[in-house]
Amino acid sequence: MKGRFLGGMRDGIPIALGYLSVSFTFGIKAVNDGLFWWEALLISMTNLTSAGQLAGISVIAAGGSLVEIAMTQIIINMRYALMSLSLTQKLDKHFTKGKRWLAGFGVTDEIFAVASGRLCDVTAAYMAGLITTPFVGWSLGTALGALAGNVLPPSVQSALSVAIYGMFVAIFVPPMKKHKSIFFVVMLGIALSCCFKWLPLINRVSSGFAIIICTVIAAAVGAVLFPVDDAQESEGAA
Amino acid sequence: MSFEKFLPYLAVMAVVTYLIRAVPFAMFSKQIKSRFAKSFLYYVPYAVLAVMTVPEIFFSPDMIVAGVAALAVAVLLAYKERGLLTVAMCCSAAVFVTELIAKHI
Repeated sequence: MKGRFLGGMRDGIPIALGYLSVSFTFGIKAVNDGLFWWEALLISMTNLTSAGQLAGISVIAAGGSLVEIAMTQIIINMRYALMSLSLTQKLDKHFTKGKRWLAGFGVTDEIFAVASGRLCDVTAAYMAGLITTPFVGWSLGTALGALAGNVLPPSVQSALSVAIYGMFVAIFVPPMKKHKSIFFVVMLGIALSCCFKWLPLINRVSSGFAIIICTVIAAAVGAVLFPVDDAQESEGAA
Repeated sequence: MSFEKFLPYLAVMAVVTYLIRAVPFAMFSKQIKSRFAKSFLYYVPYAVLAVMTVPEIFFSPDMIVAGVAALAVAVLLAYKERGLLTVAMCCSAAVFVTELIAKHI
């Protein structure tokens, strides 16, 4: 039991290191958007997600409505439902319902990727360990970025601000090589996103809704033109 | 931002995000049947990450040219399948170097 927990924590170390740098930039952005350092930390400790949090603070900074922020989170984080769903097939039979309600909090892209790549069933103890280290890294990085980010020279802050986007690119580019369909969906999404940035009239749509609209259109067109077969789907999303 | 204004946003973000993950994790044991729904969900992660990255990455650093350099470096390294941390850090380094050069010419 204890051994499995520690094994999970160990497997979570590389994820935690990655999260540390990305959440550092989230902390800087949150404070620059007008939040206190402890508000940024609270978001990280209760959400544990990069893309959703980033979009969330941009909605907050723009004074968006609660409906807008809820819809943004639903669309951006909807992928987790798919991951959670697929991970249920790999859970150990002693992984009880109560434990599932707790562990469900920690299904992130990277934790999902490591857990679903396990050759044996995923136990509750292993999953708890695998969530713990990245959670600490994510929270610590956010607090450091929010507290100390502004003592860094502007040139370093400017450089760190793109780290989170670099991580996104590292997730969506490699599968574009293998699947023409993903290449198409990514390019369509980018084209739409640019339209919402620069075309008159629609560039007034707030960033939260623009993300939702572009994502839904790109993924839906992809689903119509290139429906996935079961083999492709089981390779898993990012 | 005042805590009274911040708290509703925090609560909505946290609850929505938690439910999306935990409900399927705790409740479902069957697979989704609809091919369209499966395909749509399969493409969502790639679409959402691409949409959030471009064109925002251009405007995130102080200079747009540095943002262009950041995207170029990130795409190149990601194409070579380097890890998340490597890509993220090199992307930052590209911005730092580009802005350093741009300020001295």
